[in-house]
Amino acid sequence: MKRLISAALAIAALLSFASAALAAAPIKIGALFAVTGPASFLGEPERNAAQMVVDEINKAGGIKGRKLELIVYDTGGDATKAVQLANKLIKNDNVVAIVGPSTTGDTMAVIPVVEKAHIPMVSCSAGIKITEPVKKYVFKTAQNDTLAVARIYEQLKKEHKSKVAILTVSDSFGSSGREQLKGQASHYGIEIVADDTYGPKDTDMTAQLTKIRGSKAQAVICWGTNPGPAVIARNAKQLGLTLPLYMSHGVSSKKFIDLAGDAAEGIRLPSGKVLVADLLPKSDKQKASLLAFVKDYQRHYRAEGDHFGGHAWDAVMLLKGAIERGGDTPDGIRNQLEATHGFAGIGGVFSYSSHDHAGLTKDAFVLVEVKKKDWALVK
Amino acid sequence: MELLNQITQFVISGLATGAIYALIGLSFAIIFNSTGIINFAQGEFVMLGGVFTIFALNVLKLPILLAIVVAVVATTAVGLAFERLAIRPLKNATPLSLIIITIGASILIRGVVMLLWGKDTQVLPPFSGNTPLEIAGATLLPQHLWIFGVTVLVIVGCRIFFHHTISGKAMRACSFNRKAANLVGISVGRMVLLSFVISSALGSLAGVIIAPLTMTAYDVGVMLGLKGFCAAIMGGMGSGLGTVLGGLILGTLESLGAGLISSGYKDAIAFLILLLILFLRPQGLFKKGETERV
Repeated sequence: MKRLISAALAIAALLSFASAALAAAPIKIGALFAVTGPASFLGEPERNAAQMVVDEINKAGGIKGRKLELIVYDTGGDATKAVQLANKLIKNDNVVAIVGPSTTGDTMAVIPVVEKAHIPMVSCSAGIKITEPVKKYVFKTAQNDTLAVARIYEQLKKEHKSKVAILTVSDSFGSSGREQLKGQASHYGIEIVADDTYGPKDTDMTAQLTKIRGSKAQAVICWGTNPGPAVIARNAKQLGLTLPLYMSHGVSSKKFIDLAGDAAEGIRLPSGKVLVADLLPKSDKQKASLLAFVKDYQRHYRAEGDHFGGHAWDAVMLLKGAIERGGDTPDGIRNQLEATHGFAGIGGVFSYSSHDHAGLTKDAFVLVEVKKKDWALVK
Repeated sequence: MELLNQITQFVISGLATGAIYALIGLSFAIIFNSTGIINFAQGEFVMLGGVFTIFALNVLKLPILLAIVVAVVATTAVGLAFERLAIRPLKNATPLSLIIITIGASILIRGVVMLLWGKDTQVLPPFSGNTPLEIAGATLLPQHLWIFGVTVLVIVGCRIFFHHTISGKAMRACSFNRKAANLVGISVGRMVLLSFVISSALGSLAGVIIAPLTMTAYDVGVMLGLKGFCAAIMGGMGSGLGTVLGGLILGTLESLGAGLISSGYKDAIAFLILLLILFLRPQGLFKKGETERV
């Protein structure tokens, strides 16, 4: 009998604790980032930026008096792990929304999980497949490759250059870029006269560039992430290649200029606006967000805020907006995310709708050129 | 004419890359010859050479020459520690388990470097400028000349060491027959240690001279190690000219393949060659079949 009473007491005590905890319970948001592994250049700034903005929201009193709790897991850029961790976030941690993953591969693997569990997810990766076709619970903040390609082709058309050579890395980023470059060429009246690839770990691309030099190309477009494009820039200089060299947004960070050194001079690339935040005209809607982000990131991590971190910043801020308007249920958040209109973030001005879960236009990219080891806007 | 110019460039670029493969291949062969194991951590020694130099240059603010010496010495110390801690204690292990240990060591070294220096690619300034040189319509960087120069020096050095010094001859004796070498009074253990020292020093030297060209990061060793291994296999795992020729042929074929056939198949070409040689001439391209090894 005594035992029964003490058991009952214990249960009562537990229950009262639980309800007390519930009243002040934070809103749990999950995050999947590739903090280690080959995509760590994405995952690390993303985790930093997400943690920074969550801390800041909490310091300012949270959302309607409730704190946010960010639960971050590292996928290591491994799709299988990403799926396991997504399940863990949903089933064990009971999150109401997920930020990330960092790479297109991870995101594609996680999509079936969140769709089945009806948990909204704001991916930080760029692949166009993520939001095309539209999935009910999946949104993204990183700009589509299509927009970057369009930006370059527009510039080439303006300069009446119609023959290009493309040199893409043989990984998912490069092959997606290659597809877009080939797919959009005819729309801008551009002919691809040389189509070459290189391996992500290759250390010498003079062979490909020599071949390109022998073609009729008027410009070279290279699609890859560091360090490949830096090697290409140096090889191009070694060969005395005088064609204008365009890179992808995959190298739009100071690191690229460091690696390529003098060879970076004059190279152009489409980039999110964060690189050139202080050069933007005052009329630019994003300028305020951009400057705030750059300053904050500098203060917290003593490093330059890049657009990768910006993707996570955008994702958390979009969720914040949705929670403010629609409450903390997964479906409420999803519906309000879709209703987001004109949110000026880091990656661009987001307007989601029922047929567009990417939310950006090609104005999200500006074309920049390396001048004197720094970025300059191409007019 | 245009095509001829292109081919000259392909060949020259290929030879430059090939010289790197040759250097790494040589360091594979040296360990193989005195221990019978293939050290898959060899690529990591190459990486360490580059990473240590950059560390000495940027953090310790040493002049470049001193930084290189520090890097080579530090890497050699790692090689020495590796032999003492991981290879030596396992006296009677089969070569297969030792090879697996070297794979484990390579993962460990990569992991430690990643934790200490981060995952970013880093770059070393070139030793003597960045102005391209023109040779027969093709261009080269001064750094390529450094690579060729060091490779030649290393080949000559190896030749002298292995054929004209007592230690070198003793090491060769170990590779022919360990038991007999032991019986005539050669300390096999010391020779094994020496082979690790020489090979890690060579590997790191290769890493230092290529860092200004190819840049370096914690994971550059994997591919370079494999290519060097290819070169060593082509040369029949000898520590002489065979391996060097193997490296040069590999580099040139890769470059010609990428330029004339398709750049997508560059690595495939290298590994296809490796497989063909393993199938058709397992003793290497330039060696006569060995019969005395039992």
